[in-house]
Amino acid sequence: MTSLIAATEGVEEFNVLAVPLGEFIIGTVAFLIVFGVLGKLLLPKIRTALAEREQLIESGLRAAEDAKEESARMAEANQDQLAEAREEAATIRAAAQAERGEIIEKARSEAVAAAAAVTASAQAQIEQEKNKAGADLQRNVGAMATDLAGRIVGEVLTDDARAQAVVDRFIGELESAAESTGTA
Amino acid sequence: MASLVDLSASWAPGCHLGGDNGCGFPAPGTEIFEFGKIAEYTIFGITFTIDKPVILVLLCSALIIVFFTVAFAKPRMVPGRVQSMGELCYVFIRDQISRETIGKAGDKYIAFLFSLFFFVFLINFMGIFPGAQFAPTALFVYPVALAVMVWLTYMFIGLKKQGPIKFFTNMMFPPGVPKPVLVILAPIEFISNVIIRPFTLAIRLMANMFAGHLLLTVFIVAALYLASPSVIGVLGTAASGVMVVIMTGFEFLIEGLQAYIFTLLTASYIAGSLSNEH
Repeated sequence: MTSLIAATEGVEEFNVLAVPLGEFIIGTVAFLIVFGVLGKLLLPKIRTALAEREQLIESGLRAAEDAKEESARMAEANQDQLAEAREEAATIRAAAQAERGEIIEKARSEAVAAAAAVTASAQAQIEQEKNKAGADLQRNVGAMATDLAGRIVGEVLTDDARAQAVVDRFIGELESAAESTGTA
Repeated sequence: MASLVDLSASWAPGCHLGGDNGCGFPAPGTEIFEFGKIAEYTIFGITFTIDKPVILVLLCSALIIVFFTVAFAKPRMVPGRVQSMGELCYVFIRDQISRETIGKAGDKYIAFLFSLFFFVFLINFMGIFPGAQFAPTALFVYPVALAVMVWLTYMFIGLKKQGPIKFFTNMMFPPGVPKPVLVILAPIEFISNVIIRPFTLAIRLMANMFAGHLLLTVFIVAALYLASPSVIGVLGTAASGVMVVIMTGFEFLIEGLQAYIFTLLTASYIAGSLSNEH
């Protein structure tokens, strides 16, 4: 047996501390083969796989964060839009209310004006009727009075000018009498 | 291949406590570490003996390669069961051994540490693996082969990274040590770093595996020897049997721990060769 460290008690004696060159070489070569296959072929593969996965997870996390931010931003935008819409609705409502008031006001003033016009025309008509009645009355009363006076006085008061003067005087007296009683 | 546990050297059938053939307790010796030659080849004057330990070493090497080929050959983004296990191994070596001792600069040496750990661990594990029942690392030659590899590695890294002069001066003259002390310290540092380290590395591993195998054999032989029709015999056999089970579990722990220590020390030697401060 070829030994690096010679066996202590004779060549044939077994020794656990012996380092036979053959076994030494076998052990070394076996390890080198394992090291070569793992180091050159297998471990680089798993190293890249682990690095890739790390990257993937990292990018995934980043994407998730981005999505979260985006959704937050969108929620904020929605909130803004909602607030805007609410504001707009409020202004529209206010405008509508103002318009309603205006319309009511306008209708009311129109109605008032129409009523006033009706009243005015009615009054004018009444005035007209009154004047007409007054004129008629004056004429009839004059005629009747003249006729009556003529009959009483016996004097024919046909002369129109004279008769008219008498009637006017008479009516004037009546009016002044009425005025004095009205004021008294 | 030899039987499960080759007891033929230690224990003869029929030898029991209180037996009439008058044999005492056949305490196992170093003969339990000796295995019959299966084949022998001589190439260039070097004798290659093929025995059980050699076959176990080669089988373990093949097993490591096969397992990690299955695990790592076609890595997928979402790993399967085998790939997950392999990744766990890789991350363990990277984070718990390499980066812990060397730092990020150690990533270049992960492959070496990884191979070393699983090579040592699987060979150690053969110590309790049914059918193998022997860790070839209990024979000095295999730890020596690995320690020589480690020694070459950290010497080479040191000479390359620090230069031949700086490497040895940094090693022998640590900063902040008074000059008179250096007279004693410098040779000690040199001897400890260059000569003692590979020996302690190899002997620690070998001795642990050697002791484990011896201990297990002692209890197994005791259980067989004490098996006799007497109170002491029955109790002794039961106790020894229980001890075998306990020690097997304990051995598993030691096997993993020694592989870890071997790799961790290698990592720390590499770290020492990489950095100037010591």
